[in-house]
Amino acid sequence: MDEILEILEENARISIEDLARLVKKSKKEVEEAIKKYEKKGIIAKYKTIINKGRLKEETPVVALIEVRVTPQKDVGFDNIAQRIYRFSEVKSCYLLSGTYDLLLVVEGKDIQTVARFVSEKLAPLSSVKGTTTHFMLKKYKEDGVIFVKEEKNKRLTITY
Amino acid sequence: MISKRVEKIPPSGIREFFDLVLSKPNIISLGVGEPDFIAPWRVRERAITALEEGFTSYTSNKGLKILRRTIASYLKKKYGLSYNPENEILITVGVSQGLDLALRTIIDPQDKVVVVSPHYVAYPALVELNLGKVVFLETTSQEGFKVNSKELHRILKKEKPKAIILNYPSNPTGVTYSKEELKKIWSVLSKEDVVVISDEIYGEIVYREPHIPLASLKGAKSKVILLNGFSKGWAMTGFRIGYACGPKKIIEGMTKIHSFNMLCAPIISQIAGDEALKCRGEVDAMVKEYRRRRDFIVKELNRIGLATVKPEGAFYCFPSLKKYKMDSLEFAKRLLLEEKVAVVPGKAFGASYQGFIRISYANSLENLKEAIIRIERFLKNCGS
Repeated sequence: MDEILEILEENARISIEDLARLVKKSKKEVEEAIKKYEKKGIIAKYKTIINKGRLKEETPVVALIEVRVTPQKDVGFDNIAQRIYRFSEVKSCYLLSGTYDLLLVVEGKDIQTVARFVSEKLAPLSSVKGTTTHFMLKKYKEDGVIFVKEEKNKRLTITY
Repeated sequence: MISKRVEKIPPSGIREFFDLVLSKPNIISLGVGEPDFIAPWRVRERAITALEEGFTSYTSNKGLKILRRTIASYLKKKYGLSYNPENEILITVGVSQGLDLALRTIIDPQDKVVVVSPHYVAYPALVELNLGKVVFLETTSQEGFKVNSKELHRILKKEKPKAIILNYPSNPTGVTYSKEELKKIWSVLSKEDVVVISDEIYGEIVYREPHIPLASLKGAKSKVILLNGFSKGWAMTGFRIGYACGPKKIIEGMTKIHSFNMLCAPIISQIAGDEALKCRGEVDAMVKEYRRRRDFIVKELNRIGLATVKPEGAFYCFPSLKKYKMDSLEFAKRLLLEEKVAVVPGKAFGASYQGFIRISYANSLENLKEAIIRIERFLKNCGS
């Protein structure tokens, strides 16, 4: 992977100046490269990972939902997946191998909201054969970022 | 009450400065001689499991057979070096102990040992503790802190040393050698009756060309003691684990001393070391990060007027204060007090290097950026 992408994946807010310095290219070259990646959809979005558990306010409920579906002729899973991922409650949607087909990450403001989404929107879909909902209890690590307090480096301040 | 030998060793001239640094909270320290990473989790997890499994005993003096074998196959695969794990490899408590063992094994009182300067602080002290005589071979910033083979030749002829200590990539300069350069040095060394102690602890951290162990050059193995370990490459300084490879006779001598004064390296560290050699990805990621920081800091130091030779390894650079005509200890003290940035005065690495400071870039890019802002402000206040 291009070093520019590697650095951005770690820190999307790095300035073009610093980025250019790190990859030893001109600011213009870096800007152009980024534009190209954005255009091609290689850079899909810039977002912030928020550790919502640390917020004082109430945090949304997250559920992982396994969905078993009947694939359709010609289009396989794509159509049914689309019907499902278009719901704004669905934050992520993956097609998996194994005992079920689609894995969804669904967010709602409380358990009832998620439960209603499953019983009123998801389960009634004709191609959906069944669902299993797992409510998330604690986030330890997300997208490579550890959310719980980790040990700090315990170096001395000065050594040879 | 104290032996003449110990009394003779001068206390480090900058001890006071170190104490001053340690007493100051909230500083940005560019004075740390170890990685800012924590040992890879795989390594730590293996050590924990080993404890759970009850590995709390001594090992054989030479070290665990499995570790010696892993090291042998690692050196073979990576550098084409062949060492017999039975009698040419000794597991030591870091390179520091390996160095002491090597010196004890090969030098008699009054034997001369060449130390290439600027040097790691322990070299002259250990030579003197073993009653040897230190001969400094000084390198200059003009020559990129590399050994001048003519000078090397002259010193070897004149002083007839028993041994020479080489260290590359170097602490404190970060300078290392290409294969061609090493061949040139070896062609001088090979003609003399001298043992080469090659401290290659930073060998994993190189930026341009692959690291070339001196022992891998044709004909070198029989006269070279290769010292290496896990401290720097795998960020395992506190595990205190390293190894020495060399001719059977020397390794046997070293093992003899080791069996009396250390018995063996800690078993948990040995097991952790064995695991370390299996995690390449973590090391590569760290080196990549160091390289980015190196590129940044060297460019910035040169920009603000501290001429710096571009290092090709380790995580140090050794900028010159020439433009500011300041003694390095004075510079470091004032920088610490006025801007809360710690660096190590060049004096620590050799009497002739008063005009330099050592900067360790084993620190986050954010801290390095802030440090540069502060150093630049400090220099403006000093006036050039």
